[in-house]
Amino acid sequence: MTEQNKSKNTEEILGIANNLKWELGMGIHDKIVSSLYADAAQIARKTVSIEGDKPAFSLDRKIDKIVTSRWSGFPIMFVLLAVVFWVTISGANYPSGLLASLLVDTLHPILKSGADSFMPWWLSGLLIDGAYLAMAWVISVMLPPMAIFFPLFTLLEDLGYLPRVAFNMDSLFRKAGAHGKQALTMSMGFGCNAAGVIAARVIDSPRERLIAIITNNFSLCNGRWPTQILIATIFIGGMVSPFWAGLVSTGAVVGVAVLGIAFSLIVSWVLSRSVLKGEASTFSLELPPYRPPRVLQTLYTSLIDRTLFVLWRAVVFAVPAGMVIWLVSNIHIGGVSLAEHFIDWSNPFAVVFGLNGVILLAYIIAIPANEIVIPTILMLTVLVTGMSGVGEGSGVMFELDSITSTENILRAGGWTLLTGINLMLFSLLHNPCSTTIYTIYKETKSAKWTLIATLLPIVLGFVVCFFTAQLWYLFA
Amino acid sequence: MSSQPNCENCPVHHKGNLVRLGIDMDKVDYVVALAGNPNTGKSTVFNNLTGLRQHTGNWPGKTVGRAEGAFSYEDDSYKIVDLPGTYSLLSTSTDEEVARNFILFGRPDVTVIVADATRLERNLNLVLQILEITDRAILCLNLMDEAKRNHVEIDVRELTRELGIPVIPTSARRRDGMDELVAMIAEVASGKYICKPHRVRNHTPQLKHAIDTLSKKLRETYPGLPNAEWVALRLLEGDQSIIEALQNGILDGLVENETPIAI
Repeated sequence: MTEQNKSKNTEEILGIANNLKWELGMGIHDKIVSSLYADAAQIARKTVSIEGDKPAFSLDRKIDKIVTSRWSGFPIMFVLLAVVFWVTISGANYPSGLLASLLVDTLHPILKSGADSFMPWWLSGLLIDGAYLAMAWVISVMLPPMAIFFPLFTLLEDLGYLPRVAFNMDSLFRKAGAHGKQALTMSMGFGCNAAGVIAARVIDSPRERLIAIITNNFSLCNGRWPTQILIATIFIGGMVSPFWAGLVSTGAVVGVAVLGIAFSLIVSWVLSRSVLKGEASTFSLELPPYRPPRVLQTLYTSLIDRTLFVLWRAVVFAVPAGMVIWLVSNIHIGGVSLAEHFIDWSNPFAVVFGLNGVILLAYIIAIPANEIVIPTILMLTVLVTGMSGVGEGSGVMFELDSITSTENILRAGGWTLLTGINLMLFSLLHNPCSTTIYTIYKETKSAKWTLIATLLPIVLGFVVCFFTAQLWYLFA
Repeated sequence: MSSQPNCENCPVHHKGNLVRLGIDMDKVDYVVALAGNPNTGKSTVFNNLTGLRQHTGNWPGKTVGRAEGAFSYEDDSYKIVDLPGTYSLLSTSTDEEVARNFILFGRPDVTVIVADATRLERNLNLVLQILEITDRAILCLNLMDEAKRNHVEIDVRELTRELGIPVIPTSARRRDGMDELVAMIAEVASGKYICKPHRVRNHTPQLKHAIDTLSKKLRETYPGLPNAEWVALRLLEGDQSIIEALQNGILDGLVENETPIAI
């Protein structure tokens, strides 16, 4: 058969199809679907039998009634979230201290004296006081909470709880003009924003997908949990008796996380009524059966896939950042280091927002990775206040023996409850880390939306901090 | 027309389309597609077959896009493509289109349909739709442990008879039944096991007549088209992507492989 013949026949076939379509009339799609369903039902009737009189999954349905109920759904969600954080906060303290004393207190002096014996002072400073200490700090501060948080989160995921969260949040997101599946991408963002941005692929509509990508940064990511936890412990837990401190600081962290969810909804609402106008599309979400997670395998995969992966990334970014910190605090112009120049210059501006120059500089240095913010802040504070007896000299990222000594440094640096609260707010609302920005660009292929996703949160952060600070100054 | 009756059995007969779909076909004897409803454990089956350890989550939509892996069994190498989970191949979401196009145009040597044994009826809707497109398929009846726990019993022999394709009960999380699955993949891929897939019968007489007329015409023009009835149905529905595939000869290329393929 020649090509010409074939295309002639094809047109003929299409013509016949068209005529038949008219003959069959409307609703042919439904007819096809119903005959398909009839066949499926017939086969299932012949092959499936359910033993006993209890319907399958009756237990699942009972649990679902409770965890997705209008009344108890949200409280259960918050309690589960709080339990995960509480276990993380209280469980990570001891191993963190252990790692720090090994990597910083014991190994660092040995390495330093070893390096000093054959290197010029600036090289050993750059490599050991800068790069090595940054890495040691990141490992000791991040590894324990991650090794606890990720397996717990993965267990919840394997159990089948995440779709229930999405189910609970669905109506809220729909009212905000966004896709209900955004609840899932948001949950992924609690682990890592870059992962959350990639997960937004499950949303088909480009409009809703963009909203999910832009608002993902409002999910506190793993890199920001330690900041939240530490500051909440010092400034908010410190206000009450030690007995209540753990509970109150957990409450503060959950509060900030919930605030992030609120921002996610508000920004989605604004976007879907302004630049990304449109109706929310419907979708069906299957609530999977609860499955008892296989604990050992979950531990293994969450340690390998998530914990070590995220830790490795943090180390890769911390090493050059450590060098930068060492350099800016050891290069002097007119007798004052670069870091101090910037801090003095930006301080008046920062105070308007209830922050300080140290925090701003730390956030600039930490753009590659949020997780090194706290060590950078501590080091810079010591540098500015000229405290002696802690750390190892200029530009050294160090670990402190206890939270109390961290508190001493911060209070000596002029920190107040307001600085603490605003740091927590600013840590929630600022630009995504460089990996996330790059991921947003790869997913959207648009410089414009990448820029919006980057700038929107930081502008919001300054606005929120400004109003908090002004209210504080008004009443305090 | 250079009709080659054996080209159906030649492992490279659909290579061109697979390469076009982005599959690296170097040193691969067979291509296996993994399809199924969301959250039936496709990723777990995929990991078991390939030895990869992608994280598998208990929520629908975990696998976005397409994951690929490879394994070898006896002397043959297999490329396995994990398709996104879908409830049907009828309506058009991106996921459903990815899955449908791959099975239709890529024509994998075997399509393994992973189904949730505890929700067989709903899963069968997709199974039947896939069987309309391809006749080399295996039903991997997964989550058998869960079915047992919930007192759901399935007559596997009867199901095999009804569907006309091999049915392998598995509990992928515990690796139960995976060896049998691999062995069956090899049998279907090599053509030792010939499937006689179930085709939907419950059409109204009017629709049946329309399908018969159209599929007869289709077979005249495209002899060897394995899924003429399915194409006829799509044409009756006015499916734009199938009409285009017919007009620009993609569907044609599937049948005869007349265009030389650069390897």
